[in-house]
Amino acid sequence: MLFDVKRVRDDFPNLQARGRDEKPIVYFDNAATTFKPCQVSSSTQDHYCHRTANIHRGVHYLSEQATADYEATREKARRFLNARSLSEIVFTKGATESINLVAACWGRTFLKSGDEVLLSEMEHHSNIVPWQLIREATGCVIKVVPINDQGEIILEEYKGLLSSRTKIVSMVHVSNSLGTVNPVSDMIKLAHTAGALFLLDAAQGVSHEPVDVQALDVDFLVFSGHKLFGPTGVGVLYGKESILETMPPYQGGGDMILSVTFDKTIFNRLPLKFEAGTPNIAGIIGMGAAIDYVRGLGWADMIAYKKELLDYGIRALTAVEGLRMIGTARNKAPIFSFVLENIHAHDIGTLIDREGVAIRTGHHCTQPVMKHFGIPATSRASLAFYNTKEEIDIFVRALGNVIKIFH
Amino acid sequence: MSIHNDELYQQVILEHNKKPRNFMKLEPCSHEAEGYNPLCGDHLTVYLQVSAEGVIGDVSFLGDGCAISKASASMMTAGLKGKTVDEAKVLFDEFRRLVTKELDPEKDIHHLGKLTVFSGIWKYPSRVKCAILAWHTMKGAIDHAKVVSTE
Repeated sequence: MLFDVKRVRDDFPNLQARGRDEKPIVYFDNAATTFKPCQVSSSTQDHYCHRTANIHRGVHYLSEQATADYEATREKARRFLNARSLSEIVFTKGATESINLVAACWGRTFLKSGDEVLLSEMEHHSNIVPWQLIREATGCVIKVVPINDQGEIILEEYKGLLSSRTKIVSMVHVSNSLGTVNPVSDMIKLAHTAGALFLLDAAQGVSHEPVDVQALDVDFLVFSGHKLFGPTGVGVLYGKESILETMPPYQGGGDMILSVTFDKTIFNRLPLKFEAGTPNIAGIIGMGAAIDYVRGLGWADMIAYKKELLDYGIRALTAVEGLRMIGTARNKAPIFSFVLENIHAHDIGTLIDREGVAIRTGHHCTQPVMKHFGIPATSRASLAFYNTKEEIDIFVRALGNVIKIFH
Repeated sequence: MSIHNDELYQQVILEHNKKPRNFMKLEPCSHEAEGYNPLCGDHLTVYLQVSAEGVIGDVSFLGDGCAISKASASMMTAGLKGKTVDEAKVLFDEFRRLVTKELDPEKDIHHLGKLTVFSGIWKYPSRVKCAILAWHTMKGAIDHAKVVSTE
């Protein structure tokens, strides 16, 4: 069966939005955030219009219903990641908060002066700065695995940097600025052989390919709802139960306790120990609808279609005069970062926006990647399964016009 | 799809981007400051030679950035030569109001001359800081700030 992009596009009314000067939108900024299918907005709207109540403590009908809706997402996320137990699915504000939670709760507890945290040169700032904050507190050392000029992690360097001092490896699954898909299964095995834990930043990864936390044997995995066609402000931290049990709570408040007196507080069981305060209930419910939606598409057809878009995009962009692709990994998601000779990324972004084409320009929160390639910024077109080859044609024609304007 | 007769990327802006005026370090100079736009990576240094009487004898800039920031810096240096520091401050204020649509070049009194080519930029809020970076940096240099950021 072929992937029916036309039918899928009908689920995303945002694709019919008009841009500047009423131009039809070509939305190529999916690595920043994805559009949401109607199924997601109707589920959050249903909660707000018909099923609003706070969760977990109410005895009344609406509260029990809202709790069931909210907890249904936990089961959907568990199945989506193939986690063993619901205790391993912690809801957060997003991938950033999930990493901060691990850095704060696991890092502060278990990292000692001289212990090493291993990152890669292609990490998003959200997988760099939380560890720097923990370095201040613990005296741990951050080591960085370099990338090659194709934008791939150099595995030999990775092996060389792993040692008995390495306590955790925290790395990205799919690079948001390069599109590189890392060989995470092998990387996790290598980390475990060295005795280190592995945190996988799957913010871009979970929409790219199925992720099985048990098959990967990964210790922590994080993602955001809004890059998976769900609402903003919600995300997931997966953690192995045996590790989460050893970690202190992240924040104090309601829901994360069993009993409170001024002398002693008993914390709640997993995963609620890490979910203080009333969460974004509607957002979590919407994320459940997004997970259902993605699972319903069928991975094999979707992956094949995105590979077609990738190959078509590479061919079309390679033909553009003076274009240098940044990130040419062998295993790549349809994320195209590039620079045009003598034309600054922001001028490209503004000029093609005039044709309705929405891309991201700048450093994409990966300044070390920009430094590696000796550039201040790139233009980045990031595609989702609802994008088309026709849209790539519009985008490439718009780039041609930019070049004409500047030369 | 056609190439727009663009109110933002006008010929004069493209031309200043390609061949920026006064694109060099001024030595010696009485004032200099560095301007940085962390979001875009626009980065430039403005140099001024101001006489004891407060007249800008010479002004130049160096740096990297988008066409808007580079053209704006180039046109600013061309416009400031021979002006007094007080006149430069008036121009700074007028330019700032122009790019934020507080000043209507058709109706309000101003001294902007060719600099009004930037009048359409208010439609692109994310690019206003590109246009104004050189001006903030110049003002910073006059006010003896070392590093200026438009963030």
